[in-house]
Amino acid sequence: MTSSTCEFALRMGDNALILGQRLAEWLGHGPQLEEDIASANIALDLIGQARLWLSLAGRLEGGGRDEDALAYGRDQHEFRNCTLVELPNGDYAFTIVRRMLFDAYQRVLLGRLAEGAEGDIAAIAAKSKKEADYHWRHSADWTLRFGDGTEESHRRAQAALDGLWGYTHELFAPDAADPDAGSLRGPWLELVEPALKEATLVIPADTAFMSAGKRGVHSEHLGYVLAEMQFLQRAYPGARW
Amino acid sequence: MVDAWQILSGITDPEIPVVSITELGIVREVTLVVDGIEVAITPTYSGCPAIHMIEEEIVDRLQQAGYAEVRVKTVLAPAWSTDWIAPAARDKLKDFGIAPPGRVNLFPRSVVCPRCGAARTERLSEFGSTACKAHYRCLECLEPFDFFKPL
Repeated sequence: MTSSTCEFALRMGDNALILGQRLAEWLGHGPQLEEDIASANIALDLIGQARLWLSLAGRLEGGGRDEDALAYGRDQHEFRNCTLVELPNGDYAFTIVRRMLFDAYQRVLLGRLAEGAEGDIAAIAAKSKKEADYHWRHSADWTLRFGDGTEESHRRAQAALDGLWGYTHELFAPDAADPDAGSLRGPWLELVEPALKEATLVIPADTAFMSAGKRGVHSEHLGYVLAEMQFLQRAYPGARW
Repeated sequence: MVDAWQILSGITDPEIPVVSITELGIVREVTLVVDGIEVAITPTYSGCPAIHMIEEEIVDRLQQAGYAEVRVKTVLAPAWSTDWIAPAARDKLKDFGIAPPGRVNLFPRSVVCPRCGAARTERLSEFGSTACKAHYRCLECLEPFDFFKPL
């Protein structure tokens, strides 16, 4: 296995871990009980997926680091998640539209890996894809409700999409660890465009902006997520429940 | 020594105490090895917290039954599917108040109420009390109930 495979597994794991962490922030704060539970359920799926990917990354790295060492022991610049997932939750429309864009990406990417990849990567992808399908049903459904809902919910959903769209370009920027990334954008748009159109939301014009979280260059927000997530293991290394 | 499969079929899912882990299709393989026994299990959902309790329970019960060395190994492929749930377990789920999953590729248009059998029900939330369930309400008897999602 090459180091680019390890890098790819880290990206998959960090995407799921950081978005899972963000969704868990809604626990006890959801707009209604059912959504509180839904966010927690989806966060649990994502953190479960993160464990599988990070365990794999640790094995590929061959340095003896396990999932916990990778999740709790790395600094900000060593995280490989895309910037999209680390942005603060904002209001519930922002949380939902972000998930909808990410869930569509997961469905396309995991579907491709489940069929085209081999061994551990294909196995983790096939398992996660089933979960991503449910996540998408939830986020696409709520995007429709917000977009085609009241004037206020539409305004918030459109503002969320305007703020988030620029961060999706990074997902499709190819590099050594993910040379086929660009070819995912077509199938991704086939999912996202009709769903946004039905929700009466307008995709903003593309700009040259390109975030670089997956290369370890993050926004200021990731550090705060890590501070909360890693505190216990930093303060009491190796502490166990 | 009692047959290992028989012991395993006495272990129930901690979240759904009426069905066993063998009926749910969580136990994939049991292999006798030189120094003991190896049990291969597959998680239902990636983040399902019940899997750790299940692992511990498997080790405990098999050791009590006299298997010296018990190893539990996790297999991911093929990914677990609700299609593996045994027919008898589907009836037990229904009696327990959980609408059993339909076939994966035939997502049901209507979920039948496990209490009164009415087909007129509505989904309250895609995500219910555990990762594997959605929350529904019967429009005839008005009772809320869980639906085991096809996966």
